[in-house]
Amino acid sequence: MQTEVFAPWDDPDQKPLIRFKSVKKQFGDFTAIQDLSLDIFEKEFFALLGPSGCGKTTMMRMLAGFETPTSGSIELAGQDIGSVPPNKRSVNMMFQSYALFPHLSIWENIAFGLKRSKMPKGEIEARVEEMLRLTRLEKFKARKPHQISGGQRQRVALARSLAKAPKLLLLDEPLAALDKKLRQDTQFELMDIQEKTGTTFVIVTHDQEEAMTVASRVAVMDEGRLMQVSTPATIYEAPNSVYVADFIGEVNILSGHAKPAGDGLYAVTWADGQPPVIAASNTPYSDGQQVHLAIRPEKVAISEAKPDAENAVEGKVLDIAYLGNLSTYHIALAGGQIIKAQTANTQRISRRSFTWEDTVWLSWTPTAGVLLDQ
Amino acid sequence: MTRLSWFNVVSLTVGFAFLYIPILILVIYSFNESKLVTVWAGFSTKWYAELMQNEAFLNAAWVTVKVAVFSSTIATVLGTMAAYVLVRGGRFTGRTVFSGMVYAPLVMPEVITGLSLLLLFIGLNLDRGVLTIVLAHATFSMCYVSVVVSARLMTFDRALEEAALDLGASPFEAFRLVTLPIIAPSVIAGWLLAFSLSLDDLVIASFTSGPSATTLPIKIFSAVRLGVSPEINALSTIMIAIVTLGVITASLITKRNAVRQQRDQQLAERTS
Amino acid sequence: MRRFILIAVPYIWLLALFLVPFLIVFKIALSDTALARPPYLPQFDWATGLGAFLAELDFENFVFLTSDALYWKAYLSSLQIAVIATLITLLVGYPIAYAMTRAPEAWRPTLMMLIILPFWTSFLIRIYAWMGILSQEGFLNQFLLWTGVISAPLTILNTNVAVYIGIVYTYLPFMILPIYAALDRLDGSLIEAAEDLGCSRLSAFWLVTIPLSKNGIVAGSFLVFIPTLGEFVIPSLLGGSGTLMIGKVLWEEFFSNRDWPVAAAVAVVLLVILIVPIVLFQRNQQKQAEAEA
Ligand SMILES: Nc1ncnc2c1ncn2[C@@H]1O[C@H](COP(=O)(O)OP(=O)(O)OP(=O)(O)O)[C@@H](O)[C@H]1O
Ligand SMILES: [Mg+2]
Repeated sequence: MQTEVFAPWDDPDQKPLIRFKSVKKQFGDFTAIQDLSLDIFEKEFFALLGPSGCGKTTMMRMLAGFETPTSGSIELAGQDIGSVPPNKRSVNMMFQSYALFPHLSIWENIAFGLKRSKMPKGEIEARVEEMLRLTRLEKFKARKPHQISGGQRQRVALARSLAKAPKLLLLDEPLAALDKKLRQDTQFELMDIQEKTGTTFVIVTHDQEEAMTVASRVAVMDEGRLMQVSTPATIYEAPNSVYVADFIGEVNILSGHAKPAGDGLYAVTWADGQPPVIAASNTPYSDGQQVHLAIRPEKVAISEAKPDAENAVEGKVLDIAYLGNLSTYHIALAGGQIIKAQTANTQRISRRSFTWEDTVWLSWTPTAGVLLDQ
Repeated sequence: MTRLSWFNVVSLTVGFAFLYIPILILVIYSFNESKLVTVWAGFSTKWYAELMQNEAFLNAAWVTVKVAVFSSTIATVLGTMAAYVLVRGGRFTGRTVFSGMVYAPLVMPEVITGLSLLLLFIGLNLDRGVLTIVLAHATFSMCYVSVVVSARLMTFDRALEEAALDLGASPFEAFRLVTLPIIAPSVIAGWLLAFSLSLDDLVIASFTSGPSATTLPIKIFSAVRLGVSPEINALSTIMIAIVTLGVITASLITKRNAVRQQRDQQLAERTS
Repeated sequence: MRRFILIAVPYIWLLALFLVPFLIVFKIALSDTALARPPYLPQFDWATGLGAFLAELDFENFVFLTSDALYWKAYLSSLQIAVIATLITLLVGYPIAYAMTRAPEAWRPTLMMLIILPFWTSFLIRIYAWMGILSQEGFLNQFLLWTGVISAPLTILNTNVAVYIGIVYTYLPFMILPIYAALDRLDGSLIEAAEDLGCSRLSAFWLVTIPLSKNGIVAGSFLVFIPTLGEFVIPSLLGGSGTLMIGKVLWEEFFSNRDWPVAAAVAVVLLVILIVPIVLFQRNQQKQAEAEA
C-alpha cells in the first residue's frame, strides 16, 4: 500500500510544502484559531476533521489568502505568503458551494484561471480539453452551470481549480452536497486524480469515514486547536486523547485509577463491584493516576459462557442495533454502566445467538484498548 | 382557485379602475376633434400634428432626453460604485456619513434638494443650463440606482468573487468579468429608473435650469397651470405609450428568461 | 489604491453635491435678505475674515417664521394633509394588496406589473389627468349629473378634496407594494390554524393577518407620509388658494418673493420636522431586515 512507503512527515530531511508557524486568528475578540503549528508535505492528501465551527474553513481561507493570520506566519514552499494576495498565490480552492460562474459555459469556467495567467491560446485550449477529459465532462463543455446536474457541477469545480496545476489544492467540504453513493464514487475519483496529478490536497470534511478513506494524514481539530495529526490508522487505533477517540468512530471509555501491574501492564479500577481491568500501555502511569481506557466495540467479544480471558464482565443485553453487516449490542452491567460490543453478522438474523435480556459475558485482551490520561 | 371573495374582486376592480381610468380618459381625449378637452366631438389626430409643429415642445423634449441620458448614465456608474462600497467595502472612516448621504436623498423633499443645489450653483457662479440639471439629476438618482444595485449585491454569492480571485483575477477583473455580468440586470434596471426619474422631474429641474434649457416637465407644468389642453393630452399619450411598451417588453424578457432557466434546469436533472 | 478611488469618487461627489449644498442652505437661513445679487447678506469676504462673517449670522429668519401665522399654519396644514392622506391611502391600498395575495398565482405577476406601471409614467401627467376629471365641467361632474346624483356641478378642483385625491392616486402603489410583500410572506396555514382554534374569519383577520402585516403597513405609511409632507406639484395643480402646503410656500417664497433666506429657513424647519418620521421609518426597515435574517 502507498501509505506504507509514503511518509514524508517521518523524514526529518523533508521540507514541508506548507508550514503553519504558531498561527493565531481572531475575529474581533473571538479566537477562531489558537497557536497552531502544522507541516503539510508535497503530494499529501491531508484531511481536516472536526465539529462545526472549530476553524476548518478559517484555516483554508488563510491558505487561500482570504484571511490573514492575526499573528504567526504561513509558509508555502519555504516562503512567507502572508502578504501575497489570493490572486497571486499558486494555491487554488474548490468552494463548498462550487462557486461556478453562472454566466459562463463549462468550458469558459475551466479556462477562466488559465486566461488570467497570460497563457497562449492554443495551450489554454489543450489544457481545458485535458481537464474535461480527466473529469469526464467533454460532452457538457458548451453548457452553462445551471444546465448540468449537481455531481457534474462538482466535477466542473474540481476541473476549474485543478486547471492551473496549483501546488496546493484546497477542498472545502467538496462532497457535502452529494448523496452517499455518488460521494463514495467521487472519493475514489478524487484519490485517483490526486495520484495522477501529484497535487497536494487539503480537504475539509465533516464525514470521518470520508477522511479515513481518502487521506494520507488526518488532523482532528477542536475549538481552533489541533488535537491530533496522524495517519488514519493511528488516529483510529492509537488516539492520543479521549476527545479524538470519541470523535472518530464508536468507543467505550472506562475511567478509573491505574495501578502498575508490571510488564507494561496496568490494573484499572473503574467501577465499584467490578474487577479491575488489565490494560497494556507504552506510556508509563504512576500509582493511582487518573486514566481512561478507550476500547472500540469491535474489540469486545461477546459470549454466553464466562470466557477464559484477562478481562471479562457479565451483563444483560439492553439493546441491539442491527447495521446489516454488523450488530452493535448495548450491554448493561450490574452497576448500570453500559458497554458496547460489536460482532460481524456472518449468519442470518434468525439464527442470531443473543437477544434482549439475555445474560452474556464481555471480554477483551489487555492490548485491545488504549490507556489515555486526558 | 376561488379563494377570491366578492369583496376581493370588488377591491381589485375598483382599485385598478381608480388607477387606470384617469389615464384612459386622457388618452381617449387626445384624439378628440374639439379644443374643449371634456366634450367629445369626433375622432381626430390633429393635436398630434400640431404638437409636431410646436418648436418649443420639441426643443424641450430634446433637452429632456439629453439630460436623462447623461444624468442616468452618470448616476448608474456612481450608484453602482456606491452600492459596491456599501455592500463590499468593509470598514472605512466616514462610512456612516457615506451611507447616510447615499440614502438621504431618497427621503429628501424635492423642493429642498432643488433649492440647495441651486444655491450651490449660484455660489460657484455656474451658469444654469443642461450641465447643472445633469449634475442635479445624477446626484439624486444615483441613490435610487444604489438601492437597486445593493439589493442585488446583498444576495450575490461572495464565493463567486473569491473564486475569481483564487483563479488569479485581480479585484478589478473579478468585478468586470464576474460580478458585473451577473448583476447587469439590476444595473440596467437602475439605469432605467434613473432615466425615468430624470424624464419625470419637475421640481429639481425648475430650480436648477436656466433660461437656456427648459425641460419638458417644466414646459408641461407652465402650460397646465393655465388649464387642460388637448395638445398636452397628445403629448402625454405619446409618453405613456413609450413607457408602457418599455415596461411590457422588459417584463416579457424577464419572464422568458425565467422560463428558459427553469426548462434548462429540468433538462439537466433528467439527463444527469 | 483602486479601493481608495472606488470609495473616493462617489464619496466626493455626494459631499460636493449633497452635503455642501445643504450647509449652504443652512448658512443662508442665518443670513439677511438684501437687495443684491445674490439677494442675501453677508457675503463671505476674505478681507474681513471669518469672524466678521460669522458675527453677521443670526436666527432672525427663524424668529420671523414663528411670528408670521402663514408659516406655522402651512406646517400644520401640511402635517394634517399628510396624515389624513396617508390614512386614506392605507384604507384604499390594504384591500387591494390583500385581494392581490388571494388572486390566483398565475395572475399575480401581471397584477404587480399593473400596480408598478403607473409609477413609471410621468407623475405630472397623472396629476394633469385629474384636472380634466375634477374640473367644474369635468368628467366626474358630467357623470354625476347624468346619473342624477347631483343637480348642480360640484366644485372639487382647487380644493383640498382634489389634493387628497391626487395624493392617494399618486402614492397608492407605494402603499400597496410593501403591504403586498408582507402579506405574501404570511403563511396561509396560520389563518387556518386560527380558524381551527375557533376564530371567525373576521377575528382571524384582525388577530393574525393585520398584526403580521404590520411591518408592511408601517413601511407603506411612511413611504406615503414622508414625500407628501414636502409635496409641491399636487397642491399647486389640484389645490386652491386655500390649500396651504409647505412645499408650495417654499417655492413661492423663493421664486415669487425672492426671499432666499426665508425660503432656506423654511427648508431647514421642514427637514427638522421630517427627521422624526425618517428615523422611525429607518428603524422599522432595520427591524424587518433583522427579522428576515
Ligand atoms: N468573518 C468572521 N467573523 C467573525 N467570526 C467568524 C468569521 N469567520 C468565521 N468566524 C467564526 O470562527 C469560527 C470558525 O469558523 P469556521 O468557518 O472556520 O468553522 P468550520 O470549522 O469551517 O465550521 P463548519 O464545519 O460549520 O463549516 C466560528 O465560530 C465562526 O463563527
Ligand atoms: Mg466550514
